[in-house]
Amino acid sequence: MTWWQEIISFFSFAEPNVEIVFWGSLLLSAVSGLVGSFTFLRKQSLIGDVIAHSVLPGICLAFLIGKEKDPTYLLIGATIAGWLSTVAVDFISSRSKIKSDTAIALVLSVFFGLGVLILTNIQHSGMANQSGLDQFIFGRASAMNPADVRVFAVVGMLITLIVLIFFRAFKLLSFDPQFAQSIGFPLDLLRVILSVITVATVAMGVQAVGVVLMSALLITPAAAARFWTDRIRVMMILAVLISAASGVIGAAISYTSSGMPTGPWIVVVLSIMALFSSLVGRNKGLLKSRLLRWSNDRKIAIENTLKSFFYLTDGFENDPGPITNKILRENSRMHPADLRRGIFYSRMKGFLKKAHGGWVLSEEGERISKETVRKHRLWELYISKYMHLKPDHVHDDAEGIEHIITPEIEAELEELLEFPETDPHDKAIPKVSR
Amino acid sequence: MNDIWIISTAILVATSSAILGSFLIMRKMAMIGDAISHAVLPGIVIAYFVTQNRTGLPVLMGAAASGLIVTSFIQFFNRRVRLQMDASIGISYTFLFALGIILISYFGSNVDLDQECVLYGEIAYVPLDQLMIGSTFIGPRQFWILFFNLILVVSAVFVAYRRLVLTSFDEGFATSAGISVVFWQYYLMGGVSLTTVVSFESVGAILVIAFLVGPAATAYLLTERLERMIILAVGMGISASILGYYLAVVTNASIAGAIATVIGIQFMLAFAVYRNKHKWRDSKHAPYDNPVKVEPE
Repeated sequence: MTWWQEIISFFSFAEPNVEIVFWGSLLLSAVSGLVGSFTFLRKQSLIGDVIAHSVLPGICLAFLIGKEKDPTYLLIGATIAGWLSTVAVDFISSRSKIKSDTAIALVLSVFFGLGVLILTNIQHSGMANQSGLDQFIFGRASAMNPADVRVFAVVGMLITLIVLIFFRAFKLLSFDPQFAQSIGFPLDLLRVILSVITVATVAMGVQAVGVVLMSALLITPAAAARFWTDRIRVMMILAVLISAASGVIGAAISYTSSGMPTGPWIVVVLSIMALFSSLVGRNKGLLKSRLLRWSNDRKIAIENTLKSFFYLTDGFENDPGPITNKILRENSRMHPADLRRGIFYSRMKGFLKKAHGGWVLSEEGERISKETVRKHRLWELYISKYMHLKPDHVHDDAEGIEHIITPEIEAELEELLEFPETDPHDKAIPKVSR
Repeated sequence: MNDIWIISTAILVATSSAILGSFLIMRKMAMIGDAISHAVLPGIVIAYFVTQNRTGLPVLMGAAASGLIVTSFIQFFNRRVRLQMDASIGISYTFLFALGIILISYFGSNVDLDQECVLYGEIAYVPLDQLMIGSTFIGPRQFWILFFNLILVVSAVFVAYRRLVLTSFDEGFATSAGISVVFWQYYLMGGVSLTTVVSFESVGAILVIAFLVGPAATAYLLTERLERMIILAVGMGISASILGYYLAVVTNASIAGAIATVIGIQFMLAFAVYRNKHKWRDSKHAPYDNPVKVEPE
């Protein structure tokens, strides 16, 4: 079979097992994307890590007590151990001088060590049924059975229901716990509910993707979604979609190439999506912020260049003769490279043209030039009046702010200063006709 | 004889980890240590596949390369695109760890590196791989590698002790005194990476964190002075290695897992002592912990 035939055979559920893996991965990823959004927003992503490692002793003890691999039993054991680990981290970091990162690393590794101790004890004792218990460490999505998927579906539905019911409360808890407490939210109860659903999600997922990678399922979707939006609802929906898509793609990859594990592929796909989002994401992506900075730099260079013309011509009243590059360089405080860029962009935008052996501003260029000086002087007046700064201390501040003031702020400043004519240095504030 | 070799190997891992761990927790870098210990996996697997040798220089270099990659990923997410630190760490190391597991599956039978070994090592097999000089056995290879690592760690910390202390406790002063905080941070991370890699085979990726953080945290609870803390941490690590070995023998289980469990028990005992000693602190801080209830008029 070629690879696309295999992909078709995966999505048409040609083999009965594929259907289980498909739904299992989809449900698990979607639920963890949903729950992980809250741990991400509460800056507790590494708590997911602790829980994931710490469920191991719970699973092993549940097996020791129950003597069989009943998924419900193991889920309960895992949930109890995972919950204990979060309590331990909270207790250690709030009741001693140990910082939370140390507490996290300590609890995570000691719980895991205890889990390994019990696990190897079970393995070496040659107990019947024990084989496959170690799949909880690395996860084996391909070993999922219909009972597992049913548990996923029920637990997933419950968790989604809880999130829908408590959505507003969880949101408030994530963003402003003090406020939530002051208006009478039962903060402790909400924290317990949130940590129980987180633990349940992790406990559910470890057998499919393993302890180390389960934490990625919680952290990565929300982080990836964060690069596209500031709104929590949109972010959560996106996180669920990204996560579910990664779950399905990961499962498909591991199906089409034999011997490939599902969990790690899900995580790799997720990580690539997060990396991609961090580069091109609309909200805080690298490309977006770079473009923003470039356009800002360009605006500042243009405005500063055009402003020098204002000073050279005393507000376009006098004619100092042709303004050449050399004169600009000598009279401007701009860095020569910035000046060159400023001239280049101004010319491109038509604010500047060559005439009479020098540079001449167009009408629009002259307007921007005056506008910039106007904002500069208004701001100088404002801070000297309201912050009681001496007139010779206000220039540098205005130099930066003049590029940021919007027409609305300008109008407000004007009104506040009662439509002034001159700045603190007794220079006229130029008027701009619109 | 075998148990002596195993215990002394564990002691070597515990000692170098305890020394480095003391600085790690002082600098609030415990989780970065965790990230590095997981993230070295793909480098180790590739180098191991290429050279068919578990503990050669190439493996070390492979591990160092992936350690560097994960640090730059964390830096990228945290600094460049302003993602919060916890998520930056979480995304970066799980990504590399997942890659490592995929590589193990990909090379499959060509690599004698199973998944369990990756996570919790197999210190019990250490005596099987003996080092020979001429025709005499001089002890397990792993033992000598870890011994060399310990000497390296001790002398590196000894030489730069004052600078490490200064940059750990007072970054501002260190910077104003012309000491590069970043350089000494990488110096420390270099030591952590090296120790992680050479301990990998005996204790595995996750349990090396127990060795790094556990004894140091226990000692931190019991003393206020750094020198004492380091000595105490080393003592805790050594005793945990010995007790852990016998716990493993009694329970017929993984030695590294048992040592980590003992480290946990040590911490709990120290925590009880600490709480007993510092009860008065709670009464002092009580108003902050439990908001004062105002009676309705």
